[in-house]
Amino acid sequence: MKEVKCDCGHVNPFGTNICGKCGMVLDNEKENKLIDMRYEGSARRSQTYKKTIIDKIWNFFSSVKVGVTLIVIALIASAIGTILPQEMYIPSTATPAEHYELEYGWFGMVYYELGFHNLYSSWWYLIIIGMLGISLLIASIDRFFPLYRSLKKQGVTRHDGFMKRQRVYGVTKLEDQDINLEEVKDRLKRQRYHIREENGHILAEKGRFSRWGPYVNHIGLIIFLIGALLRSVPGMYIDKVLWLREGERKEIPGTNGEYYLQNNEFTLEVYDKENEEDEQYSAAIDKTGTIAKTYQSDVTLYERKGETLPGEKVDLDKLKDYKIKVNEPLKHDHYALYQVDYKLDELSTMAFKLINKKTEEEYGSLKVDLNNPQKKYELKEGYSVDLISYFPDFEFDEKGEPRTISKIPNNPAFIFKMHTPDKPEGEVSFVAIKETVEPLGENTYKMAFNGVETQDVTALTVRKDLTLWILFTGGIIFMIGVVQGSYWNHRRIWIKRKDDEILMAGHTNKNWHGIKRDIKQAIESTSLSEPMDQLEEEKSSSKGEVLNG
Amino acid sequence: MDKKKRRLISRTIILLLLGAALVFALYTNFTKDKNESLRKGSEAPNFVLTDMEGKEHKLSDYKGKGVFLNFWGTYCKPCEYEMPYMENQYKNFKDQGVEILAVNVGESDYAVNNFITKHDLTFPVMIDKGREVENAYRVDILPVSFLVDKEGKVIDIITGALTEESIQKHMERIKP
Repeated sequence: MKEVKCDCGHVNPFGTNICGKCGMVLDNEKENKLIDMRYEGSARRSQTYKKTIIDKIWNFFSSVKVGVTLIVIALIASAIGTILPQEMYIPSTATPAEHYELEYGWFGMVYYELGFHNLYSSWWYLIIIGMLGISLLIASIDRFFPLYRSLKKQGVTRHDGFMKRQRVYGVTKLEDQDINLEEVKDRLKRQRYHIREENGHILAEKGRFSRWGPYVNHIGLIIFLIGALLRSVPGMYIDKVLWLREGERKEIPGTNGEYYLQNNEFTLEVYDKENEEDEQYSAAIDKTGTIAKTYQSDVTLYERKGETLPGEKVDLDKLKDYKIKVNEPLKHDHYALYQVDYKLDELSTMAFKLINKKTEEEYGSLKVDLNNPQKKYELKEGYSVDLISYFPDFEFDEKGEPRTISKIPNNPAFIFKMHTPDKPEGEVSFVAIKETVEPLGENTYKMAFNGVETQDVTALTVRKDLTLWILFTGGIIFMIGVVQGSYWNHRRIWIKRKDDEILMAGHTNKNWHGIKRDIKQAIESTSLSEPMDQLEEEKSSSKGEVLNG
Repeated sequence: MDKKKRRLISRTIILLLLGAALVFALYTNFTKDKNESLRKGSEAPNFVLTDMEGKEHKLSDYKGKGVFLNFWGTYCKPCEYEMPYMENQYKNFKDQGVEILAVNVGESDYAVNNFITKHDLTFPVMIDKGREVENAYRVDILPVSFLVDKEGKVIDIITGALTEESIQKHMERIKP
């Protein structure tokens, strides 16, 4: 673990391939014709010490191989997760275990057994994504700082060996003539190169900041991951549903009772063939029946005044009226209410009249509020009706007993007891939609159906997402990094003046054609000979060998 | 070697931070579903509801007593199943400092009163008309019972129908 002292006197950290100052090749691969310029041949931090467990973990995450492996695993897993619908998208009535096998056969069963039905929140998927994030960060730290330092410290005068082993390299023999490099310098300057000089040697450099592109990009990714992580933190992300009948006012779930919403009216508008405006849709209407035009909830938003306990009477301040439509949510204080579902014509009241079955004479009528029925309904003198039982969502259970399966009046049924002057102890009648049963024998009177009132119900999604701007910021930084790294190149040209020759070398991280063009323009009409691309020469010479062979 | 030591320390710190972030991510993700419901050991959200006899009940007034807080609906079969057992145990534990509060999930007075008569319930029954208490307790499945101890902490949350024996056991747990 010794530091390496170069011939030029510069002390390099262990693991350095190329001297940070003069560029002399320090490692053993001296046989190679060209040097590997990645990370400027600087010692990646991970390569320096391999002793403690911390260093071992660090090296693991710093490895590009590990990073790529993690990306590949995450990609494959994510792709598999899209083959069959995830658990949250299967019908809520189905048992997942049965559903996957029934719908998709043995493949579905395997899919379920391996946990792919809940992939994106499974522990192993999260761990892979988390490790990917760690790898991203550590690999960046490990490479950015040494690279930054070596670019900052780089010397102007480079070792001959360094120059010779650059891809673009050329030698001009001086042979008594002298070449004025001022002209070349000016041209390079005009091409927006930064020029540094030392004892007549020149380093021209431009676009260094493009080298930071990948690191900026990684920072963006990490911010994005943090944003995704924060979603599961309480208070950052809310996604709930609120069902509201017309005229009903309720606390908005997820707001801790701070806001209340009243549904004033729900409207479903459909395209109408008869309407001139909608004429263009008539063919589509003929084909599919009804087509919705608007779903709209007219609502009023209230804010709670002061602190009250749940269940306590609240003082509300009216904040605003709003018409919620699809894609036009009501937004307030980071919350947004979206139109998501509806139910038309839910029964709200049902009216009956008491009649004599034979004579059909009427003795008064009553209206049952299906969401808040009364125990007793007084009719005209001597006549009254008791509501003995009420089943808002009626069905017969296994034993044949009437029961209700919910509190919503989807299929109301009643047991009435009718008191009349001639039957003061009352007659019992079971009344359901289109059905009347007289369980205790033939009755003289009956409750005749006398109309219903309905109301619409709207369903709204309550959404709050404080992570959105973090995701946005991350995404924008990510893109900046991509642009920075791909639309600019880091180009360097070294010119070394020796007694009887001038060495010239060029390096760029991409777009070799560009740097060659830059050099060509800079040395045009001087007697400097144009540097050659040694890689291309090699290729053509090896090709030539093949041809000859 | 000072530099080496510094490097080790900084690496350790970074790795620990990242490890903590990963653990945090896993933890929040796996408690996400539980976040939807109330957490055991947390303070029971206070509320005020009026029972069918017109008496106001404030949860915080029951500090020093255990409260068996039950959420139910008349249409829910398992709720109906456990009601008589709750009634029996209520009579047993009333003098031992355990109270039952049965909160109906916003049905009509009519339905609730009929239900009380049918099952002869003597413990306080109240209707959560605005569903606010239900929201505060993040009730999802019925029936659900919250065991609130004398300090006002939720020590356990039990969903599903209970037998008389298990009700008794749970009452025993919150006895002051």
